[in-house]
Amino acid sequence: VNAGVSSSAREVAAGREQAQHTSMFVRMLVRAAVLRRGRAASALLAMVVAAAVATAMLNLYVDVQAKLRREFRNYGANVILVGRDGASLPAGALSRVESVLGSRGVVAPFAMVVARTSDGQPVVVAGTDFDRVRQLDRWWSVNKWPAQPQQALVGVRAIAAVSPANQPFDLSFQGHTIHLTTAGTVQTGAAEDSHVYLSLPDFVSWTGVQPSSIEVAATGSPEEITAIMHQLEQAIPGAEVRPVRQIMEGEARVLGKTRATLVAATALIILTAALCALSTLMGWVFDRRRDFAIMKALGASDRLLNSFFAAEAAALGATGAVIGFILGIGIAAWIGRVNFHAPVVPRFGVLPFVLAGSIVVTLLSAILPISMLRRVQPAVILRGE
Amino acid sequence: MFLRLVYESFRRQKRRKLLAGAAITLGVTVATAMIAVATDIGDKINRELRTIGANLLLTPQEDTLDVEIGGINLKPPSDGAFLNEADLPKIKGTFWHNNITGFAPMLPVNVTVQRNGLTQNLTLLGTYFAKHVSFGKEEFTTGVRSTHPWWKVSGAWPDDNFRDVLLGERLATQLSAKAGDELTVSGRQLRVSGILSTGGGEDEQIVAPLALAQEILGKPGAVRRVYVSALTKPEDALARRDPKSMSGAVYDRWYCSPYPQSIAFQLQEAIPHSHAEQIRQVAQNEGAVLTRIEGLIFLVTLAALLASALAVSAAMATAIFERRAEVGLMKALGAGRFAVASVFFAEATLLALIGGIAGFAAGGMLARQIGRSIFDSQITIPAVLLPVILAIAVIVTFTGSAAAIYKAVGLDPVFALRGEL
Repeated sequence: VNAGVSSSAREVAAGREQAQHTSMFVRMLVRAAVLRRGRAASALLAMVVAAAVATAMLNLYVDVQAKLRREFRNYGANVILVGRDGASLPAGALSRVESVLGSRGVVAPFAMVVARTSDGQPVVVAGTDFDRVRQLDRWWSVNKWPAQPQQALVGVRAIAAVSPANQPFDLSFQGHTIHLTTAGTVQTGAAEDSHVYLSLPDFVSWTGVQPSSIEVAATGSPEEITAIMHQLEQAIPGAEVRPVRQIMEGEARVLGKTRATLVAATALIILTAALCALSTLMGWVFDRRRDFAIMKALGASDRLLNSFFAAEAAALGATGAVIGFILGIGIAAWIGRVNFHAPVVPRFGVLPFVLAGSIVVTLLSAILPISMLRRVQPAVILRGE
Repeated sequence: MFLRLVYESFRRQKRRKLLAGAAITLGVTVATAMIAVATDIGDKINRELRTIGANLLLTPQEDTLDVEIGGINLKPPSDGAFLNEADLPKIKGTFWHNNITGFAPMLPVNVTVQRNGLTQNLTLLGTYFAKHVSFGKEEFTTGVRSTHPWWKVSGAWPDDNFRDVLLGERLATQLSAKAGDELTVSGRQLRVSGILSTGGGEDEQIVAPLALAQEILGKPGAVRRVYVSALTKPEDALARRDPKSMSGAVYDRWYCSPYPQSIAFQLQEAIPHSHAEQIRQVAQNEGAVLTRIEGLIFLVTLAALLASALAVSAAMATAIFERRAEVGLMKALGAGRFAVASVFFAEATLLALIGGIAGFAAGGMLARQIGRSIFDSQITIPAVLLPVILAIAVIVTFTGSAAAIYKAVGLDPVFALRGEL
């Protein structure tokens, strides 16, 4: 044992001669972590886990709402533009709507008339842009979209009236007749099943009627959508801009409840993780009461001791927070991939909060045992009582 | 001796046991509450999704085409087929009647309205607002107030048994009418009880109790279509199959799953001469939203379980590490590794059971609180979960202590007693 001690002492002495002069304070900090590797590592681990879980939850909380909103956009339009008093929309309205919207949504124009089939039965015929409708109304179950002029998309209930044997058919409107073939059928379970859809150029050249409504699926928070509606009103003075309340209110309710559940879960998880880190760290500091007692016996002031343990705690908290932050981003990204099939964007704005929270937890867990130990005589601690 | 060791350890080290027990209780509380929320979230969100509107539509089997543009119904009112109002309560007699949260029949009729010396042709929509219906012994209230929750009325909702009507928002502006006014509708004096705002075609219509619309049409008991709101399960490959092509067992499984398709099928069976269809905009999308939210809460629950498992492990490790002097003493007196370890494991089990039961109770209360404050309804924990939670608590406490116990029994008693290491 003796030989081992003296050789290690010699090594230490040699090391010290070569080492640059560092202050006693920094040396104590570093040596405390290096010498009690196991305990320091387990304290750091607790901190890393707490910071990682907190980061992941905060990241998800911000991102999940955006992800779910996108999910809700599959419900279709949440804003609709109609001409005032049943009039058609002014020419160029569609391009103006698209320039206001940019990449913040999908739009589709609709024009509608009641036409007659060859045996005189009334049927609602709509002109639209099929490429846009495919984007906007994803729930339409269509077996084949029309690709050529003079092709129609016929509702599953309308097909019996216009073309029961799937033959070409004629429709007439105010004395004008159009000859159409059926490209495919559409099924939605709602009014669309009784309609016949044509491409907008066919529709306009046949009826001369311009689009009377533009459906808009705008993405964003309720405030952003209100702003978009306001911009649309100013861009197209001849149109009335209405929210589709059915969709907007349902979305707001479901998102609100999900967010509240997520907040409750986040609070519980962060609390548990913080308490776990707190109890581990307190054990670690309490375990080092001999170091504390020796320092005190050698004449360290209360202020020095406080700042020593505080600096140690802060260093541990900061290291744990940074490693935990990286891990947490990874966890959030994984959850995003598994559940939403889209990556969760790392939010670096979360880092200051995680950092501050970690340091507060570590400081708290250092101060409590220290203030307890301060009242005890060093001799009592050193005797192991 | 073994029992006495365990007993005395609990009696004399109350503070330490309390700390470890508190950590276990907290961990189990969070785990229980999150498991309860996760198992119930599907049902809760499903109910919230119903606020987007009905997901099934019942129409007469042999109907003519609907001809409606911008809220104006151009179909000749007596044309086509009708459903019978008397059959509607049978909706509550289907296999999945508990999943049906409400239904609202609709009957649009054409009327003429005289106002300010002008005569106008308009559509009057007959429906249920909140009608009391009974089927067998079951009594329930249904109508647009539950199936179309986004309909807002300024003024009062009409009573289903009286002759008051609602006026669509834009129609009211056009007629310059307000709540409390009298209108002459097809020769009848009707009172407007409120102004209706829906954001849809109804804003240009008059909405009245169903009986009134039937009287105007002259067809008692006639209903054009019925909106049905049902709690459904997200669609999968089985749901999309054609029931006619299924074998017996597969058919039973399909029939007894609350898919939109199978509920529609059962509605069709219950109501004579009807055709039921899912409203794809609502039915298709709610499955996707529900799956996402359920998946999210499931993953978050996993994170909560992980955090609470770590909290319990950390507390146990600290508690055992603090007692290495005791281990040294036991070993110095001749206890073997097995004897020392079994004392600690027995203590851990006891702590886990006590903390587990306390945590289960606290978690139940927490879940109930979450349910009440977020969803305005109860989240209850099935008692079956108690053994599962206790087993998890014991396993987590065991694994959490295992490393610390392994280290403790490996200590040299001399060093342990001197307090080194």
